[in-house]
Amino acid sequence: MIGLYHYLGLAAVLFAIGVAGIFINRKNMVLLLMCIELMLLSVNFNFIAFSRFSGDITGQIFVFFILTVAAAEAAVGLAILVVLFRNRGSINVQETNRLKG
Amino acid sequence: MSSSAIIYQALFYLFAGALVLSALRVITVKNPVHAVLFLVLAFVNAAILWVQMGAEFLGIILVLVYVGAVMVLFLFVVMMLDINTATLREGVTRYAPLGLIVAGIIVAEVAWAVWGQHLGLANSPAPAAPPAHLSNTAELGQVLYTHYVYAFEIAAVILLVGIVAAIALALRWRPDTKHQDPSQQVRVHRTSGRVRLVDLRTGKGGSDK
Repeated sequence: MIGLYHYLGLAAVLFAIGVAGIFINRKNMVLLLMCIELMLLSVNFNFIAFSRFSGDITGQIFVFFILTVAAAEAAVGLAILVVLFRNRGSINVQETNRLKG
Repeated sequence: MSSSAIIYQALFYLFAGALVLSALRVITVKNPVHAVLFLVLAFVNAAILWVQMGAEFLGIILVLVYVGAVMVLFLFVVMMLDINTATLREGVTRYAPLGLIVAGIIVAEVAWAVWGQHLGLANSPAPAAPPAHLSNTAELGQVLYTHYVYAFEIAAVILLVGIVAAIALALRWRPDTKHQDPSQQVRVHRTSGRVRLVDLRTGKGGSDK
């Protein structure tokens, strides 16, 4: 039978894929945003699995709010990306050194 | 084990496998458009798994909001920008081993925590059946609009701030373009010189006054 640890393992694998994607595609900002979406998805998996197996609906409420914040984050991130491309002509993360940070 | 449990298990492994494979393709394909499409596939598989877990409302929301809105936004941006993928993929082979090591460490740590004897998850009881008289959506709504109503309103404000920020960032004001100014159009009055009244008399021709 599929237990809680199946879902937790699946979420861990998804999160690790997201982290590995950030390391592998560290120059492409679009792919960085997509890897963040993958990691958020794996976190949502954990919330829903715990909500189901502990019989408490609150975990699903949390997922609802995470989805809201993630949608706003994606919109703002893509807007920043468009402005960056308009000003610099590239979305290479290595070249975004204007702030001298 | 009953046959329905076997089907449940087989479906879980089918969709979980598809989810992991499409997530792997997201981070390895060369073309960003293909990466977005694989991410759509991953989200759809995740939504199916959520529905299988009984979270029907969130599964539908994931497809509607994520696949229908956020991923389409991603597609628009990726297709609009003229991205040179060759320069962006420089050094992929150099960074890949480090990424794989970190990912392996994360999976190993979580597996050690989850499969170990510390949490006792392996013998956690099977979930209680959801209440028969309530759908998942009604169950969520009963909590969301009572206990979490302030958080719900804050979420609405966050979305509003997101809209304003995205528009303010992406809006480009170009003074040399020709466009209408509706407020000026509305404010025009006929006595302010825009309309000239001409007195026309029959048989005498027109004359300006």
